[in-house]
Amino acid sequence: MAKVLVVTSGKGGVGKTTSTAALGVALAQSGQSVVLVDFDVGLRNLDLILGAERRVVYDLINVIQGEAKLAQALIRDKRVENLSLLAASQTRDKDALSSEGVARVIAELREKFDWVIADSPAGIERGATHAMYHADVAVVVTNPEVSSVRDSDRIIGLLDSKTERAERGEQVEKHLLITRYDPARAARGEMLKIDDVVEILSVPLIGVVPESEEVLRASNLGMPVTLSAPESVAARAYFDAVRRLKGEQFPVVIPAEKRGFLGKLFGSRVA
Amino acid sequence: MNLLGFFTRKSSAPVARERLQILLAHERASTGKSDLAAILQEEILAVIAKHIPIDRDKVQVKLDRGKDISTLEIDIEMPPLPAKPAKPAAARLTG
Repeated sequence: MAKVLVVTSGKGGVGKTTSTAALGVALAQSGQSVVLVDFDVGLRNLDLILGAERRVVYDLINVIQGEAKLAQALIRDKRVENLSLLAASQTRDKDALSSEGVARVIAELREKFDWVIADSPAGIERGATHAMYHADVAVVVTNPEVSSVRDSDRIIGLLDSKTERAERGEQVEKHLLITRYDPARAARGEMLKIDDVVEILSVPLIGVVPESEEVLRASNLGMPVTLSAPESVAARAYFDAVRRLKGEQFPVVIPAEKRGFLGKLFGSRVA
Repeated sequence: MNLLGFFTRKSSAPVARERLQILLAHERASTGKSDLAAILQEEILAVIAKHIPIDRDKVQVKLDRGKDISTLEIDIEMPPLPAKPAKPAAARLTG
């Protein structure tokens, strides 16, 4: 039974697209067939993060409007087996996404893949609601920072009310993914603690991805971090998140600060 | 900031945490009642649809509850007028 997963956040720039790509690679490598769908119409970027920007011929809107068949628009990743991309349109406006069209494409994708991962645009407007509407599972990407937490709270409210599952009286399975975590700042009391964010949002934690050079490098290369640096702390967080998505249960490791001598000396004092 | 300031500076994370807890408690209470907005949207849509064909996305109802002031914002985007001019409504009423 195929699952539709939405990667969403409310706030922009928190790492939705990066996380979509990294999770997609990890899921596909675990043997599942995966399609990543970019819902950010007008501002597509998932193709770029996946290094497929020069291979986009047809996109989601072309398929919705019947200008291309789904099979023509799907781009198979050259490095990872079982991973495909359905890009967003770059030029046309958001109104080109119709509820019926999205429903039809999602239904067709469900037949072809084990996982359909929707990369939501920022905001709570129509693009974001289209992306989440058919979701069975949601990964809410949050930075440990006040505006991101507030926006995630709004998105969680929408997941509980404006989705197909909610309308049927069911629940979307929600997971919290904290990204751009800076252990040093958290230790100094300058960044919200993981426990605080989890408590405030009351959604189970699926992983903590530290702010890392590897993630930046991955975007530069067009290779998700799970592909470019699979041994990095960030990649391991995504691999573990995928195991949790598949139902395994084990505690989340919170990245610790690498402390030097001075840090050890003063760390507890300024915390 | 001087050196003493650096060591005695209070951490800001607990402040962030407290502000969020207060804010979200308030926002959840107000958006929890958004069912009313949904009902209003459906009923307004039904009334308009009786007279003119309208897309359901074109009727937006927003309810904001504040401490002192609450606002109900209704945004209805009309379809473009048909080519031939419609009979003025006032004339029909008097006629």
